Amino acid sequence: MSDQHSDSPTCVGVPSGVPTTASEIARLVKFSEVSAVSVVDAYLRRIEAFESDVHAFNLVTAETARASAQRIDAEIAAGRNPGPLAGVPIALKDNLCTRAVATTCSSRILDGWEPPYDATVIERLRAAGAVFVGKTNLDEFAMGSSTENSAFGPTLNPHDLTRVSGGSSGGSAAAVAAGFATVSLGSDTGGSIRQPAALCGVVGVKPTYGTVSRYGLVAFASSLDQIGPFSTTVRDAAEVLQIISGHDERDSTSIPQGRLDLVSVLERGVEGLRIGRISDLPGGADPEIESRLEEAFDALRAAGATIVDVSLPSMTYALTAYYLIAPAEASSNLARYDGVRYGLRVDAADTNAMYAATREAGFGDEVKRRIMLGTYALSAGYYDAYYGKALKVRRLISDDFDRAYRSVDVIVTPTSPVVAFPVGSKVDDPLSMYLCDIYTIPTNLAGHPAMSVPFGTGEAGLPVGIQILAPTLGEQTMFRVGAELERRATERFPGGR
Amino acid sequence: MSVADERATEAAQPVSESFMIDGYELVCGLEVHVELATATKLFSASPNRFGDEPNTNIDPVTLGLPGALPVLNRHAVELAMRIGLALNCTVQPSTFHRKNYFYPDMPKAYQISQYDQPINVDGWLELPGGKRIGIERAHLEEDTGKSTHIGGSGGRIHGSDFSLIDFNRAGVPLVEIVGRPDISTPDEARQYLAELRQILIAVEASDAKMEEGSMRCDANVSVRKPGEPLGTRCEIKNVNSIRSLGKAIEYEARRQVALIESGETIRQETRHWDETDGRTHTLRTKEDADDYRYFLEPDLVPLVPEAAWVEAVRAALPFLPRERRLRLAEATGMAPDSESVMVVVERGQDDYVLSVGERGADVVRALVHVKEAYADQGSQPTVPAGDLAGLILLETSGKLTSTQAKQILADIVSAGGGDAAALAAARGFEAMDELALVGLVEEVIASQAEAWSKFCAGEDKAMGALVGAVMKASQGKADGKAVTALLMSKRTS
Repeated sequence: MSDQHSDSPTCVGVPSGVPTTASEIARLVKFSEVSAVSVVDAYLRRIEAFESDVHAFNLVTAETARASAQRIDAEIAAGRNPGPLAGVPIALKDNLCTRAVATTCSSRILDGWEPPYDATVIERLRAAGAVFVGKTNLDEFAMGSSTENSAFGPTLNPHDLTRVSGGSSGGSAAAVAAGFATVSLGSDTGGSIRQPAALCGVVGVKPTYGTVSRYGLVAFASSLDQIGPFSTTVRDAAEVLQIISGHDERDSTSIPQGRLDLVSVLERGVEGLRIGRISDLPGGADPEIESRLEEAFDALRAAGATIVDVSLPSMTYALTAYYLIAPAEASSNLARYDGVRYGLRVDAADTNAMYAATREAGFGDEVKRRIMLGTYALSAGYYDAYYGKALKVRRLISDDFDRAYRSVDVIVTPTSPVVAFPVGSKVDDPLSMYLCDIYTIPTNLAGHPAMSVPFGTGEAGLPVGIQILAPTLGEQTMFRVGAELERRATERFPGGR
Repeated sequence: MSVADERATEAAQPVSESFMIDGYELVCGLEVHVELATATKLFSASPNRFGDEPNTNIDPVTLGLPGALPVLNRHAVELAMRIGLALNCTVQPSTFHRKNYFYPDMPKAYQISQYDQPINVDGWLELPGGKRIGIERAHLEEDTGKSTHIGGSGGRIHGSDFSLIDFNRAGVPLVEIVGRPDISTPDEARQYLAELRQILIAVEASDAKMEEGSMRCDANVSVRKPGEPLGTRCEIKNVNSIRSLGKAIEYEARRQVALIESGETIRQETRHWDETDGRTHTLRTKEDADDYRYFLEPDLVPLVPEAAWVEAVRAALPFLPRERRLRLAEATGMAPDSESVMVVVERGQDDYVLSVGERGADVVRALVHVKEAYADQGSQPTVPAGDLAGLILLETSGKLTSTQAKQILADIVSAGGGDAAALAAARGFEAMDELALVGLVEEVIASQAEAWSKFCAGEDKAMGALVGAVMKASQGKADGKAVTALLMSKRTS
């Protein structure tokens, strides 16, 4: 594989002079070999140097980050256990509620709103000793695949600043790729963690629906949304996911079970595992991405796994079903932004005019497009033909997966059909933008876990992600395969990530 | 509620013939919302309390803040099941939907409500006279906040200067009880609502206070000629008391008949009952109706109460008003819908009456005394049952006249109890024995010869004068009934 990097400027890198993985930072901070303050300062210096190029953040919380780091160092000095993520700098997608810290969803409609409470994942990470460095940019209300739908401008790809970071969690993916945070959290409704992870060359995980509490995640499509981590290593993703997973009584869809156990399985390899290759995978992926996929199968075979062909005939309908179900839920979830209680209000003659003026000014084009799509799909007389039928397709897709998982343990596909594309190249063509998620969407409809692991490069030397799909609560097997691909990728593409 | 609206043309129960307007019969079904008596809201831990300072019982879920999620209140489910079981419904696995519409006091711009799979279905409520009114469903949903529109016209949002919103009520658990259109007179509607209210209170599901809005009633009214298909119905809102309900239904039925008779058609619409002018007025027509875009609430999972829980709730149900009326009617020989049985059961004093009877006292007399003298006593009278029994025993053995007994009873009630014999002695009420009474009666026959001869000639009116004279001579100590009996026996002898 040639490393034909373009001439475009890059901001990929890591902070200097401090450890750069979560497990290393936590260990060294805990034993006072490195102070949490020095770690966070190193990251803040990188943010200061490169954030203006990348625009990963809507808000950098430098002061509170330093204060948290000082508190952790004080805890350690006092002999207390600082937690498994002690001093680890973490960036948060700006659709996660943070108490008294602006949470915008990259939308004007939430102008000035500060949540009075923390999301469950924030509470869990804070209790584990994490240090929050800022709120990351996203496509408005997580609707998009490039972060270009942000009201505050796009996040650029640290590998090539003329290209997009992917989306909707582009800010969180770019923050990790650029070394602004060790790990970050995103949310994935149709691929919004995995696709930007692939485009930015980092690890991204969407867990099983119900594994991570959605309490405090601003809803896009409630039956599809899940929170998950971005990281530079599979191990860091496992560490963070372990901590944020587990039942939460504040989310009724949260699975009543304890935390996932993932780190312990990472070294187990893939010997004897049956890896699915989708024989009827919808085409259209870049040839170089197809090549990386074949190399991934070769690598797994070499590691002792068996590759088995499986068929998912309903997968071709997934995109259509998704673009009815997700907008339908979104049309309802976003109806609360009416100017009455919080956020933007544009005054007008009467209540209905105020609603209209507020929503006209507050929402961007893509959000409006999806609200209209979803409202239409749920309307009397159209429900059965659109939303009702989409639910049936959703069931068929689940059935397809269930059938496939009788003969394989996981399924491996490309994460995205394309590498990071130039800024502006798809904004006027929503359908081609929607096609970016063709390989990631079926997982959300089925509620299954999936992850993207960097595996070499494609066009213009840009990162390629390989996606591992697993059945409900199949995270352990998924992470074993992810860890194996990570080991093989490093061997195959030395120096690159 | 649109499911209720899809009422088929199923045969209604026999129509009472007492209410017809120019040959038209009334077809009416009620939709009743009741606030459940839970400590907290349907989907959050904020207090469910009426009358608190505005916007104090709120939290992220109540306000519909971004990221907040609903968690179902188990106690609300239990109270909903109590209502369903008391209304003879089947409790079934159920789901929640979102009913989408914009209104300033609706924080999420959707109401979480049960739609096509409600928790309770297919029950009935029996009116005191025995007629059964079908219950289509009784489902759980959340209440909205409360808007107060200031300035402009008549408290409506249109034309007001500004509006105030109190979100304390938002998220309060409601059960909507959708009755079938089996009601055929305004009086049946009143009876239905009164009976429902008693049931809700009996099962402790709600305090069911119409004046505080914890019980609200909408009436679907249509008219038709007997045997014809159902007419177009109008939904009447803003009925704030059981009394108004009957008036509103009667007004609306007459309005519809007058329209039809003058050759016009009824428009399906929602109408507002105006208590001050005693009329209904158009609120909105069918064309203005929102498209609620119902879909399954993705933030909640299906509600599937385990069978053991349902059975435990069923087993713990108290005696319901209907069963209590039957029990009291059986013990007293009165009709279950007689006034004294109805009144005493509604006050919850039936157990007390029966316990007086268990002490050997005449239970009918106990019923009458309690109905007459215990209006302020509530379901736990302060007068010991033994004291009332003692009084009745004196009365039935002839030691006290009914007039004396009433006086003693008043003493006992105001003192919260007392020994009837001692009170009688204190008041100088002496028992008049049979012999003395016979002597008095004979004296009066002699002194009132004219009246006596008229009475003997069959003029029963003359008896009043004779009884009155005996009572006067006895200074009120004679028992009127005993005097009458003596006079009758002397006439025939």
